[in-house]
Amino acid sequence: MTAVSNVAEAVEANPASHLHPIPSWDVADHPLPTGREEVWRFTPLRRLRGLLEAEASGNTLEWTTQLPAGVSLAPISAERARELSVEAPIDRVSALAALNAGRGVQLDIPADTELSEPILLTGNGTGQAVAEHLVITVGPRAKATIVVRYTGSGTFADKTDISVGDGASLTFVAIADWDAGTTHGGHHAVLVGRDAQVRTVTASLGGDLIRLAENARFAGPGGSLEQFGVYFVDAGQHIEHRMFVDHNAPHTTSHVDYRGALQGQGAHSVWVGDVLIRKVAEGITTYETNKNLVLTDGCRADSVPNLEIETGEIEGAGHSSTTGRFDDEQLFYLRSRGIPEDEARRLVVHGFFADIIRRIGVPEVEARLMIAVEAELEVIVGGSAQAVSA
Amino acid sequence: MSELRISGLHVEVETETGPKEILKGVDLTVATGEVHAIMGPNGSGKSTLAYSIAGHPKYTITSGSVTLDGVELTAMSVDERARAGLFLAMQYPIEVPGVSVANFLRTARTALSGEAPKVRTWVKEVNVALEKVGLDGTFAARSLNEGFSGGEKKRHEVAQLELLSPKFAILDETDSGLDIDALRIVSEGVNRFTEAGDRGVLLITHYTRILNYIKPDFVHVFVDGHIVAEGGAELADRLEIEGYDRFVKAAKANA
Repeated sequence: MTAVSNVAEAVEANPASHLHPIPSWDVADHPLPTGREEVWRFTPLRRLRGLLEAEASGNTLEWTTQLPAGVSLAPISAERARELSVEAPIDRVSALAALNAGRGVQLDIPADTELSEPILLTGNGTGQAVAEHLVITVGPRAKATIVVRYTGSGTFADKTDISVGDGASLTFVAIADWDAGTTHGGHHAVLVGRDAQVRTVTASLGGDLIRLAENARFAGPGGSLEQFGVYFVDAGQHIEHRMFVDHNAPHTTSHVDYRGALQGQGAHSVWVGDVLIRKVAEGITTYETNKNLVLTDGCRADSVPNLEIETGEIEGAGHSSTTGRFDDEQLFYLRSRGIPEDEARRLVVHGFFADIIRRIGVPEVEARLMIAVEAELEVIVGGSAQAVSA
Repeated sequence: MSELRISGLHVEVETETGPKEILKGVDLTVATGEVHAIMGPNGSGKSTLAYSIAGHPKYTITSGSVTLDGVELTAMSVDERARAGLFLAMQYPIEVPGVSVANFLRTARTALSGEAPKVRTWVKEVNVALEKVGLDGTFAARSLNEGFSGGEKKRHEVAQLELLSPKFAILDETDSGLDIDALRIVSEGVNRFTEAGDRGVLLITHYTRILNYIKPDFVHVFVDGHIVAEGGAELADRLEIEGYDRFVKAAKANA
């Protein structure tokens, strides 16, 4: 703990944000939502199925793992999981996830470990209600890439804590590759160490309903956080990402960029991007953006960026949100070169996602996501004789 | 020989106060082997002419026709016009993030020629064409027009003349915003395009500067939505000395 963040805590003992509930491990502190609360108003609560009133099922996901030498993955007690967590659950779903998991699982990357290969964890659901509390600890100065992929089906309550040590560098990728009919709700919390570099990638590709709260804050100055998201929302799907970056330390940076495509009757995306810049957080830079491409009628995209700024002594802060159909000027440019309309649309959608996917920096993940983009394109504009690549 | 013929072209745009006529009867024929310069003051409708011919949805043709070798272009979609042999080099080429120059060029070439270019020779062909306009090997991997400088955008437009090989090219103020070196490089690209004598060019410009590098066969003075004077290259020299004032005043007097 640095001198600066001690000051921050002394001055601001209580959460200063007006937009976020107080974290707690006690389920009773998170009453059953009515749907009128600001944080629940976009969510179809009935479709959250067991996630708000779940009892412990004793079931967990079936994990397949690929661990490089020096990295450990092991069950830990629920108490230990709480101690290692970045923050207590911020909603009822994640409080129940931690409670009903009954134990935690810790993925530990010791200090100064430099991994050349990604750590791969695949959690498969077999149709049941499952809960997991995954705690990832990255030691100081370690360098790693972690890819967590969710497959199969079920009702999944998710609490994931990622604590990144000082000077460490982490890329964390979570791909929700669920089968149809799956419900996935939860809370991912990231702590960025002093001078650490953290990049998270969240890809929500399948399932019936996904609702993730992704919170991040800093353990000291100098940390840098990039959060990229990609989502495809098809007919009847609800995909919700609620971001909160707490700039609680000076000279930190955050860059959030989430992009989605919606198509089909009842496709609904929600993106809420909150950034709090505390008084102590001088000299920070933050930019948040959300872009939604609405491909058919009958879709709904809610996009709400919020900035709470408590100091004027910052380098830069901004946000943007765009939701719309195809850009006529882009289509005109491409078509004026002879490219037929369907092909031009393919290129634009392809580019819309490639623009963010290429920044992930993990070739396997980039390839996997581009395949998902192609599959999505098959639905909208039909197959094409011509392969398109980035 | 091919021919691009514009006859009695009237075009309007939708404005807040209703439709507004921008082109008020344009007649112009460009044959392959010819370079026509269209010169006029700002707001005279030069760019509207370019975009209307290319089929931009913002412009509505109320009467008149544009034919390429007798085939009506105005009934075609934007991409059909391009496949018929028309090319528009834009003043402000549009950014398409995430689509690489290489991917764009290959897709366009495939659409125009009806078959994908051979990988082995195509990459080299692209690199050579880009090098000719002073763009290095990393350029093909960049996102289309994104973060390009003004000069890079224009050089890329001109490189497409060589790679996509249209019959007729409309160059909409391709010279604007270029420094003297870029102007020379871009002009040389246009001259390579026309040197075999089987292409037609409609060069739209505000300044006579580019005509020091590209010799027009015909110069048309464009004021208030139509052509008010025509001549050879010497007309451009006169404009350089006298400006557009005389024509603007005459147009007002006739209005």
